[in-house]
Amino acid sequence: MEKKKDEKELLTIGSGDLYQPYSWSVGHYGSKFLHELKDHKKLLGIRCPKCNKVYVPPRKVCGKCYVAMDEFVELSDEGEIYACTIIQFGFVDPGTGIQRPVPYGYAFIKLDGADTCLSHFVDSTDPEKFKVGARVKAVFEEKRKGSIVDIKHFTLI
Amino acid sequence: MGKKVAVVGFGQTKGRSARKDVNGVELINEAVVAALADAELTIKDIDAVVIGNMDHFEGVNYVDSWSVEGSGGVMKPIFKVTTGGTTGTTVAMSAYYHVASGMFDKVLAIGWEKNSESDTTGAIITAFDPVWERPNLGGAIAGLALEASKYMSTYGITERDGARVAVRERLHALNNPFAHLHQEWMKGIPVDQLVELLVTSKENVMLAYPLRMSDMCPRTDAAAAAIFASEDVAEKMAAVPAWVASTTNRHNFALAGDVDMDRNTTMASAAKRAFEKAGIKEPLKEIGVCELYLPYSYAGLKWMEDYGFCAYGEGPKLVWDKVTDMDGELPVNPSGGVMSSNPIGATGLIRVGEAALQIMRKAGTRQVQKDVNFAFITGFGGCYWADVMVLGKKKPS
Ligand SMILES: [Zn+2]
Repeated sequence: MEKKKDEKELLTIGSGDLYQPYSWSVGHYGSKFLHELKDHKKLLGIRCPKCNKVYVPPRKVCGKCYVAMDEFVELSDEGEIYACTIIQFGFVDPGTGIQRPVPYGYAFIKLDGADTCLSHFVDSTDPEKFKVGARVKAVFEEKRKGSIVDIKHFTLI
Repeated sequence: MGKKVAVVGFGQTKGRSARKDVNGVELINEAVVAALADAELTIKDIDAVVIGNMDHFEGVNYVDSWSVEGSGGVMKPIFKVTTGGTTGTTVAMSAYYHVASGMFDKVLAIGWEKNSESDTTGAIITAFDPVWERPNLGGAIAGLALEASKYMSTYGITERDGARVAVRERLHALNNPFAHLHQEWMKGIPVDQLVELLVTSKENVMLAYPLRMSDMCPRTDAAAAAIFASEDVAEKMAAVPAWVASTTNRHNFALAGDVDMDRNTTMASAAKRAFEKAGIKEPLKEIGVCELYLPYSYAGLKWMEDYGFCAYGEGPKLVWDKVTDMDGELPVNPSGGVMSSNPIGATGLIRVGEAALQIMRKAGTRQVQKDVNFAFITGFGGCYWADVMVLGKKKPS
């Protein structure tokens, strides 16, 4: 009885449809990466002068060596699946406010020439083929806006 | 070196999927009242407050001020800490530093979360880089599934191995009245059969391969509070204070894609340092109980290897050999762990409190039988950052 009464009496107040737009600074290096992606379908990394590690996306400082980086490296648009999963649960994408369509493939991809991974979508939900070590290639959007999702997804090759 | 510090009291609310009968401030108050009662103190005895949660989950961004009536922080020094999954352990570390500095004698540490108030995965995604990661990130579940895929591929680990960890956590939770998940149906069924059920049942929905519902933590509403006291007063407040033997943390990666998933390097480095500082040479033998932040099943295999409890790839053997069960050599998560309750900002502090209860021998139905000289605690968050703490029965020299 008490429980039923509680359900009627205990209120929650909804926030309504929140809309709070931001403008995030991408900086020189991030902007250069996005321009190259948009205009030339090229993927850029950056090499640390001390430890030689190639980071993607490019950033100014190698955290480990704590030195500035300025040597851009053109990366392949092909690479290897470093780790992967097939997402089957639906959740609200905070960037769009709508539920992501499931299932979809998601992976950390080590592009040829890079030492860190790009996290991105893969257009496969077949666990027999979509697995660690599989080779993939970037598929670019026809109309690119200067965003990481100008890479539409990666596809198995 | 600073003052020696001990946990002298702990209180927590029962984990629930939704506590609509209280707002956040009231929930916090329940835990604080319980902690003060446990240490036989009043709020007047408290010199300072450290409080933590993850703002995104409730959408309240000034918790330190908003919560004062519940926390007891009116006209006291307050620090707010927000570090993702590690929030509760960082709250504990911060309270420890407050006291060790000699500036405060008795500090109240509070962690809380009302995960029922928003979409947890959506909120977690907002803790990642907006330009490079949010557009394609799948929250904690997807990130952990990636790690599992890598670990399984490298060492030939099976879904049954993961399920064995899930079974341990859920069986332990049955002994803990504060745990959120109480899977009574598991009672009396042999472990092998439970594992088989978890990997074959259609009801056990696949969330992100290889992670099923049973491999993940729940989303929980709960709060916890612990009292940290200096060596000048601790022994007067608790019959057996739980002394902080060592604590440290590690951050390494900025973006998710930077994470080296071969090993959990931050946990390994933090644990190694904490064991050294506590004078622990053989962790498996010297540590009496663990309360580990294992947000999903495979962490209970791979990360055990990184802590140094066994060789790489041998996590499953450790777990199947019952070493980590309640009556094993190294009981892990007598509370049921994170996989049985995950009120995110409180979760790490619950690990600290539960470990303290084991040392004080006040853990009731979930008390381990063996004598506990050292308890090992971890917190885990976001881009693989790691908090660790070792509590000891003996006052550190
Ligand atoms: Zn470097």
